[in-house]
Amino acid sequence: MRTVSTRLALALVAFAALVAVGTAGGASKAGPTFIIAGASDPTYLDPALVSDGESFRVTEQIFESLVSLKPGTTLIRPGLATKWGSRNGKDWTFQLRHGVKFTDNTPFNAAAVCANFNRQYNFRGPFQDSTANYYWQAVFLGYKHNDSSGLSTSLYKSCTAKGKYTAILHLSSKSSSFLPALVISAFAIQSPTAMKKYGANQGELRNGTFYPTGTYAFSHPTGTGPFKFKTWVIGQKVELVRNNSYWGPKPKIARVIIQPISNNTARVQALQSGEVNGADLIQPTDVPTIQKDSKLKLVNRPSFNVAYVTINSAHAPFNKLAVRQAVAYGLNRAGVVKSFYAGRAQVAQEFMPPQLFGWTNKVPKYPFNPTKAKDLLKSAGLTLPVNVDFWYPTNVSRPYMPSPALNFQAFSASLEQSGFHVIPHSAPWRPDYVKHVNDGTAGDLNLIGWTGDFGDPDNFVGTFFKVYHPQWGFHNSAIFNILARAAAETNLAKRIALYQKANIIIMKFLPGVPYAHSRPALGFQKKVKGYVASPVGTDPFAGIYFGGQ
Amino acid sequence: MLRYLVRRLLLLVPILLGVSLLIFFWIRALPGGPAESLLGERATPQLVQVYRHRYGLDKPIYVQYWSYLKVTASGDLGVSVASRRKVIDEIKVKFPATVELALTAMLFAIIIGVPLGFLAAKWHGGVFDNVSLVASLIGISIPIFFLAIILKYIFAIRLGWLPSVGRISITLDTKHPTNFYILDALIQGQWSVLWDVIKHLILPAIALGSIPLAIITRITRAAVLDVQNEDYVRTARAKGLTPQTVDRRHVLRNALLPVTTVIGLQTGLLLSGAVLTETVFAYPGMGSWLRDAIFNRDYPVLQGGILFLAVIFVLVNLVVDLTYAIINPRIRYS
Repeated sequence: MRTVSTRLALALVAFAALVAVGTAGGASKAGPTFIIAGASDPTYLDPALVSDGESFRVTEQIFESLVSLKPGTTLIRPGLATKWGSRNGKDWTFQLRHGVKFTDNTPFNAAAVCANFNRQYNFRGPFQDSTANYYWQAVFLGYKHNDSSGLSTSLYKSCTAKGKYTAILHLSSKSSSFLPALVISAFAIQSPTAMKKYGANQGELRNGTFYPTGTYAFSHPTGTGPFKFKTWVIGQKVELVRNNSYWGPKPKIARVIIQPISNNTARVQALQSGEVNGADLIQPTDVPTIQKDSKLKLVNRPSFNVAYVTINSAHAPFNKLAVRQAVAYGLNRAGVVKSFYAGRAQVAQEFMPPQLFGWTNKVPKYPFNPTKAKDLLKSAGLTLPVNVDFWYPTNVSRPYMPSPALNFQAFSASLEQSGFHVIPHSAPWRPDYVKHVNDGTAGDLNLIGWTGDFGDPDNFVGTFFKVYHPQWGFHNSAIFNILARAAAETNLAKRIALYQKANIIIMKFLPGVPYAHSRPALGFQKKVKGYVASPVGTDPFAGIYFGGQ
Repeated sequence: MLRYLVRRLLLLVPILLGVSLLIFFWIRALPGGPAESLLGERATPQLVQVYRHRYGLDKPIYVQYWSYLKVTASGDLGVSVASRRKVIDEIKVKFPATVELALTAMLFAIIIGVPLGFLAAKWHGGVFDNVSLVASLIGISIPIFFLAIILKYIFAIRLGWLPSVGRISITLDTKHPTNFYILDALIQGQWSVLWDVIKHLILPAIALGSIPLAIITRITRAAVLDVQNEDYVRTARAKGLTPQTVDRRHVLRNALLPVTTVIGLQTGLLLSGAVLTETVFAYPGMGSWLRDAIFNRDYPVLQGGILFLAVIFVLVNLVVDLTYAIINPRIRYS
């Protein structure tokens, strides 16, 4: 018996020794490796042809744009351009950084910059599909030759290379909102030589979906960034290695591996077991798990979203300002944020996050006040309670709205206290709800929100209110005009003032009631240092190191 | 035998037509479409219309089905809406992963289940038999995902003995010429890679193999009990053959016939169980791929992936039927 026990014990020890897996991170032969888990594979690694966060997570490390963001903010700072400016708002001059090379050893210069912008401007056929070139269409609106009537005249007109290190972008009309958009990886500068060599401009629509047929977007992305591409095993990993010829401070980690783990819980568990050093897209429900684990820590991504209640002004009596004000006073926003966001949100006072320029604290405030709400309804000549058709989505959790049903129940209760009678209406997020919201058929009030694409107010208030949308159902030339002027203004101080003024006008008019800016979370092993989360989700890995390194 | 094989293969055509019809209309009965799924808040009515036109969803349903049939018949399974890669290329990567997992799970179930069932029958009515009965009931009753989570929590997260996600340690640099990682490691003589792949398979295979294990144990037990009372077994014993020879040549071989049927059916069912197991272990196979496709309303992936699995399911059953003849020479197909 003793012999059997001893053998069993030995077998167990041997098994444990054999199966003991090496944990992620730390030094290997190649040097320190940082492993981070995202939700899925990138789409492609040609940043001009993608618009999703998982692709940008990789391309952000390989490529650089003319301008970049100060880490953790939406403030623009030099990137591959050291200076820039425009006298007339149409011709933008960029002074380029000297001595920079692409990782294929070809030089970065003004000709390369123009080649990149001209490449997208000259896209034809399948490349003009919005699945392929979303951000060009969102920022520059059209191409040299538009193949679809849905496209507009291009904001981009041409590019002039003046010597080696001066590139001038010529626009067809005055614009400032395009400059913050240049930080998006979609406008990063890629090696023209590598793009030509590996067929970056070869692609087709297959069954209605854009597909690159060259190898560039899969195995030869070539930029100037702190890391260079090594390998991509679909479904398993993208591996990058340090660019030892990088013009800036060299990364302290030698290798980055990005692993796709689509299941949220599995991502956190991989972090707990030490198989990855970091995990993005942590769900609010998993936050306590990380907080309780002595080996892990949370990193907050600055808020870059807004959750709001739409008020459809086309529906009587919500066309009356007093009624919209009554709604604002009748929504217990502080209560909802406190109860359902696990301490990971702040009450929104306007339709854009405080991190963005143009935000102001001078907007009218609407603290929860049921008495005032009832008085306002009576002053509008209405008999209490006032019926309100209030919609919320089911089968969904959004970063700005983790539990829509809970938000709805709390808001309903507070509106009932404030002289309204709520008629609840729910619809599944896909496809009914969003379609109804966009069509303006989702009741008088509905719950929805927005996550920003890039650090410009035009991407928030401009998207919502620059023109008429059925969702809001109002025509207000004062709001439409000031937002159009703000988008075109080239003087930053004037732009800020215009957006601040616009925010005040909007919150006086009350097309809806913003109520939360949530802070998404990332999880890391405590030994990971130097990770700065970007509000727009494009986190640079160059500054990361391991404690004790 | 050959005629039988050809007839069975020809039967594939109506079966696949039926499957394609079911999949096609089932997917379209789900609420939502690729546009709403991909665009989220940005799904403006105009963009939704553009997407519907692009994927041909604005055409009459019979026109859509006909064009789908034509394209599929030519061997083109389409392009994934979400990943934008060819469905067939994704299958080439995902299917070997699931096959490797399903076969490991089945191997685990057979290696443990057949001896357990055999011994339970031999010691019929004893403690071992009763314990195996209770264990089998637990094995069948416990949901796969629950067992997977428990196994993962204990052996990966708490003890750290085995990996919690994936198919191979991502820090390893290795090539996958066939995408069957065990085979690849063997071909290339990479023993550390082989062990790493096996480590990644242990927990998902145990979770996935739990139900077949229970079923195989019970079926083996019942079959052995039946067979050992047959005349030919008594005759064999009377001829003076050793008990071991009787068991091996006569009892086990005949008892394995129903067990083989169950193994065939269970191997097909493992593919559906893989959806849960692969999701829990973030194992990059067909199961987690199809699950994501449902959430993304990725029609080409769902249509192509399920059709492919249907073909495999039918072929596995054909192989099982043909295996009967090998195991039991009394069976002849004509």
